[in-house]
Amino acid sequence: MSLLRVQDLTKRFGGLVAVNDVSFDVEAGEILSIIGPNGAGKSTLFKLIASFLKPTAGRVLLEGEEISGLKPHIVARKGVVRTFQETTVFKEMTALENVVVAHHLRLKAGLLGVYFASPRARADEASFRASASEILDYLGLGHVKHERARNLPHGYLRALGIAVAMAAEPRVLLLDEPFAGMNPEEKDRAVRMVRGIRDRGITVLLVEHDMPSVMRISDRIVVISFGTKIAEGTPEAVRNDPAVIEAYLGAEDETLGH
Amino acid sequence: MRTQPLSPPATTELPGRPRAGLGRMALAVVAALLYLVAVPLLLADRPYFLNVLTNASILSFASLGVWVTFTIGRINIAQGAFAMIGGYVTAILSTRYGLPFWLCLPFSAVVAALVGIAIGLPILRLRGVYFAMITLSLTEAVRLAFLNGGDLTKGATGIVNIPQPAGIQTPVAFYLLAACLLILGLLAVRRLATSRIGWVFRSLRQNEDLAASFGVDVARYRVVAFAFSCAMGGIAGSFFAVFHQNIYPASYSVQDSINFMLYCFLGGLDHVLGPVVGAFLLVIAFELLGELQQYQALLYGILMIVVMLFLPNGILSLELGRGDRR
Repeated sequence: MSLLRVQDLTKRFGGLVAVNDVSFDVEAGEILSIIGPNGAGKSTLFKLIASFLKPTAGRVLLEGEEISGLKPHIVARKGVVRTFQETTVFKEMTALENVVVAHHLRLKAGLLGVYFASPRARADEASFRASASEILDYLGLGHVKHERARNLPHGYLRALGIAVAMAAEPRVLLLDEPFAGMNPEEKDRAVRMVRGIRDRGITVLLVEHDMPSVMRISDRIVVISFGTKIAEGTPEAVRNDPAVIEAYLGAEDETLGH
Repeated sequence: MRTQPLSPPATTELPGRPRAGLGRMALAVVAALLYLVAVPLLLADRPYFLNVLTNASILSFASLGVWVTFTIGRINIAQGAFAMIGGYVTAILSTRYGLPFWLCLPFSAVVAALVGIAIGLPILRLRGVYFAMITLSLTEAVRLAFLNGGDLTKGATGIVNIPQPAGIQTPVAFYLLAACLLILGLLAVRRLATSRIGWVFRSLRQNEDLAASFGVDVARYRVVAFAFSCAMGGIAGSFFAVFHQNIYPASYSVQDSINFMLYCFLGGLDHVLGPVVGAFLLVIAFELLGELQQYQALLYGILMIVVMLFLPNGILSLELGRGDRR
């Protein structure tokens, strides 16, 4: 059985059909990318999977269990964790504090225990600090962990956003345009980072504009155009798919990574 | 790779780490002792000044609650309503059922918190000016409810002759009770703010979606913050009911709710002492400048504008410098 199954997902905003009857499966341990021209409905699809939007029709299943329509924090608890575009982190906290707070799901102490600093709550926080340091080191942010997030350069903030998501111990990590606005060198690093996350056993689903990076990193690709799935397959297959070429008609060849 | 200058390591503490700065702790203990011992000794035969400080202590206490709702990014202009609820609970329980104050006080806190949960669940979805407006009208709605409460609340005549707490009859005794409540309230709020709960509150203020993405039950934590605030309002109201020995629907107006918020703004939202500094400054200033009291609303309004323009992080941001602590 697939880890994550997107089944006949549809989202309408008034008369506009942003996502139209999209279905695909995500296998455990793969990197699957959703691509498509501007306004194709990628972001809507992403929010539907993370349950930040409710579908008009269709559903999302995690190991056969329906997760669409649940509150975002419940979906996170089940192991589907999203990142945000650009630089969405807690800017007034340090990098370490960002990731420590994000360990919330691993909290074993109750609310009163946390308030009165019970031994369990102290043990929780100590382990969160250790784990947060480890995640930051792993993502190459170890040397800036005591910096306030708003003082960090943009490239670091993207990684910090991923570190925050990693703290929730996702089984499926949803990355929202992880390569947007990066220079080639930063993209190289980010591609290695995402592969490293997958190698830790986390399934990665990403929505992305940047075609060359997607072609390099993905095991499989789902192509969306005008809210509808027009192709699915390996990067090689998708690149040569007539429907995809059609959808990107007018775009330079290199956009598709030729 | 560093393209921007990086500031020195931040000084805020992290969850689970023992608090740094024994010096500050000692300072706090000395200040608390001075307030508990030296002040009442000095002012023992000046009940008027003791009463002013008693007022300031409990107004600070109520503002501390408002400060807690500020930490989740909500402007709460309903604290007058919850002080009124606490006051009436104490008044009704003690005059009708003869309950001692020491039972009325926690009851008032619990009732105010429960009402806060019931009202908070729907309205805490609102943000910014919408939440502020609805809490403001809540103050008025609660006043009208007590005005029309029939025999239970005795309408506009209010409830009078509320018995004083056993052993607390003199201005010094009330002062000491108020001082103890303030110190306990400060400790309770500081505990909250430095625990993980406080970190989650601040994460909500910065981005509720991001907090939800790593599993925070946003609605639950918002209500916890609001209920905590309401309980503090209830306690303050309970105290004032026995301090003044009466309560009327007119005891708390929208103006009071706004003042609680203003104390927080003036003192600063980034430090738990903010509302205390704000409340003491304004309460004492206006008592000393008795002549000006008729212009209080006007002056508070001007002050609020000036503070927001020139000291958006409050008076305490001056001392802490550079606004770096935010």
